[in-house]
Amino acid sequence: MVTRLKKFFSGTYLGLMLVFLYAPILILIVFSFNQSKTLGNWTGFTFDWYAQLFRTPEITDALVVTLSVAAISSVVATVLGTLAAIGLHAMKRRDKLLLENISQLPMVNPDLVTGISLMLLFLFVGLKDGYTRLLIAHITFNLPYVIFSVLPKLRQSSDMLYEAALDLGCTPMQAIQKVVIPDIMPGIVSGLIMAFTLSLDDFVISFFAGNGVDNLSMYIYASARRGVNPALSTIIFVPVVTLLLIVNLKSIREERNAELQSSKVGMKR
Amino acid sequence: MKRTDAKKPKSAGGMHVRRSVFAYPYVVWMAVFIVAPMLLILYYAFTGDGGLTAGNILQAANWDNMRVLLDSVRFALYTTVLCLLLGYPVAYLLSQMKKATAALLSVFFIVPMWMNFLLRTYAWKVLLGAFSNMLYTESAVLLGMVYNFLPFMILPIYTTLIKLDRSYIEAAADLGANPTKTFLKVVLPLSMPGIISGITMVFIPSTTTFAISQLLGGGKTMLYGDLIYMKFITEQSWNAGSALSVILLVFVLISMTFMKKAERTTGDEGGGRLW
Amino acid sequence: MKTLKKIVCLALALALSLSLFACGGGKTTLNVLNWGDYIDPELLRQFEDETGIKVKYTTMTSNEEMLVKLASPDNIYDVCFPSDYIIEKLVADDLLYAIDKSNIPNLSNIDPRFLDLSFDPGNTYSVPYMWGTVGILYNTTMVSDPVDSWNILWNEKYAGEILMYDSMRDTIGITLKKLGYDINTRNEADVLAAQEALIEQKPLVRAYLTDDIKMELINGSAAMGVVYSGDAVYCIEENPDLAYAVPMEGSNVWFDNIIIPKTSQHTAEAEAFINFLCDADVAAQNSEYIGYSTPNAAALAIMGPDYTDDPTYNPPQDVLDRCQIFEDLGDFVKVFSDAWTKVKAA
Repeated sequence: MVTRLKKFFSGTYLGLMLVFLYAPILILIVFSFNQSKTLGNWTGFTFDWYAQLFRTPEITDALVVTLSVAAISSVVATVLGTLAAIGLHAMKRRDKLLLENISQLPMVNPDLVTGISLMLLFLFVGLKDGYTRLLIAHITFNLPYVIFSVLPKLRQSSDMLYEAALDLGCTPMQAIQKVVIPDIMPGIVSGLIMAFTLSLDDFVISFFAGNGVDNLSMYIYASARRGVNPALSTIIFVPVVTLLLIVNLKSIREERNAELQSSKVGMKR
Repeated sequence: MKRTDAKKPKSAGGMHVRRSVFAYPYVVWMAVFIVAPMLLILYYAFTGDGGLTAGNILQAANWDNMRVLLDSVRFALYTTVLCLLLGYPVAYLLSQMKKATAALLSVFFIVPMWMNFLLRTYAWKVLLGAFSNMLYTESAVLLGMVYNFLPFMILPIYTTLIKLDRSYIEAAADLGANPTKTFLKVVLPLSMPGIISGITMVFIPSTTTFAISQLLGGGKTMLYGDLIYMKFITEQSWNAGSALSVILLVFVLISMTFMKKAERTTGDEGGGRLW
Repeated sequence: MKTLKKIVCLALALALSLSLFACGGGKTTLNVLNWGDYIDPELLRQFEDETGIKVKYTTMTSNEEMLVKLASPDNIYDVCFPSDYIIEKLVADDLLYAIDKSNIPNLSNIDPRFLDLSFDPGNTYSVPYMWGTVGILYNTTMVSDPVDSWNILWNEKYAGEILMYDSMRDTIGITLKKLGYDINTRNEADVLAAQEALIEQKPLVRAYLTDDIKMELINGSAAMGVVYSGDAVYCIEENPDLAYAVPMEGSNVWFDNIIIPKTSQHTAEAEAFINFLCDADVAAQNSEYIGYSTPNAAALAIMGPDYTDDPTYNPPQDVLDRCQIFEDLGDFVKVFSDAWTKVKAA
């Protein structure tokens, strides 16, 4: 009885949080089929905005830039950041504190300051290509999020594992790959997800650090002056959600199958 | 047998140096793309009229600006506390579920963030305007900030909680601890690293957001991000803007160092007892 | 964690194919930096088809942000669309390319009223693109008093229904006008008076907004707001209860012109693009798409009475006579921004 009540409350809580998170999303999806460009002013149903979306190369170009920059920068930042966290974790406390503090800089600095200072740096080193500049900027502001989501996992895991692996004859690289990484995997995944999310949404750093290359957020922010194509809101959301659902549902089914089988064999845990 | 024993201390001793090697690529990246640009900002903050000066900082540290900074910190604190209060239970409940179900559900908590930030905020405007009289108040700004930062609190806590072994909780219960005590003495201390990371990732960036306060707050309050924008862009005064950023930087670094000290002491107490 | 591996592989494969797809083509590319959605995209395609020059269109959100970009010697932009007072600053900072007018025969289509203005005498560096005024857009079902003075924005009857523009220059500017001062004043006392007036007004203001003033007025959430005339045209189309007025104390008249940065490597192509935009048919189509007023007399003749008789789109000369163009304030901008900070923090 008590467990059932507990389940009911926890279900309700999660449900309410999801309503909170999805209420604005629902509004955006509904209004992407609205004839008027103005949110909240329903004038009639139309598919026109979606048609227009794919007829405007400025938008499709920006979409390509957004997705490729988000994917590449989040993966690079995850690799660099995970290794950095492993290294930082093994350092002496003082070095560690110093490096951690410096790592926080891109989070502390307002986007504008990060953007302008990177712009100055790129000018100084003579890097002109807008796309490369965008990539470097995104990797840079993604890094702290990866590091700070991997570090707590490292703190939680025992150093003995790594040492044991070395004793068993692993090279440090093997030990990292086979023992440490699997242990901190959830932290790496959440770092990757956060990096990807941040990269999708950035427009201030991208405007200043970039050079003649627009991503979707910059396009949307600039278009707000004259009304954004409402279909733009769903353009990344819907395909990504579909993809994730497919991948996840499959793994749920796999897990369930595995459970079924193991219970059949009678090897429960 | 003896050989391996002899080898062990050596490899264990050398290991500390070795493992930190993994951070080197990042340290190089950091030096070029984080430290070097920061030096440029420091340069602007401490120069002017052709020489070194502390004038920019002194000018920027006037009462009006500091009031704006305090206001921003207040908002950031509220946001962080609310995110923690709302996000912790979510992370905890998710961590108690079956792995695949939790993975799917946690995805549901993230994907709203893949709809463009600006459009999400616009949608909140419509909702708040239609169903409440909250629009253009401080509460609306807070709501917008909590909405946008919540996942950054949930994720790190969730990832530390899934490591939490159920047997600890069972052991605590067996030893006669009631659920509240179990939570306070076992679960909470063990999830501390995640909480600290969550706080870092919510508090620090939220001190400088500006778009949310403009859109949902109706531009009626000035936050520190607005102030820096004003100096850098409207006035095109890079010295004044850099000075403001340096002040913010010092402030945040000091408060984070305090937090880490607090973490170390609580961490030692809580964790120490358990092991 | 197979899931993760799959996602990462998928993402990388996608990114790689996308970035390959993004490169390509050996044609000359013209890098255009403009306000968002401030050109009919079909015209960009038409220009590309006619000339074989590829246009890369990128967007900006404020004049001052663009100034930061253009001041950087490694910027790659070939054509930009800044406003009047910024052009004055760009000229002063020697950042603009002197346009070869023999490459722009369509310049003759431009109404001489909009040439040779104070910010660029003789149009050495800039060609007019769009123009407009700043005024009050109000809902006729909610406002019974005549809207002919800025003072209505200080009328307590409309407390909580007034929207102000969240822009230092525009809002202090109209307040200076309300008080009878020069919109480009260099007198600190004038700015302080405006600051006091705005602080006094603040309790009546529903919000300081920029783009979403339109949304609020179209939805009927507010009674009146400060807008640009071009946006007023769009709002009135969406909600016929709305009307636009330029107060009798005068206001700001603004011009967005086309310029070529000095750093441009493709000045001939940039001039071809400017000439294309000054073509009568092109300018007419563009102005109808954007809704902002065109300075192109030949285009206006094509567009007909729907536009020429609309006082919002094409204000009579006496309205223009009481409006002032913004000037670059130089270092005095600090006085403005301090006042604005005090208003916002009040």
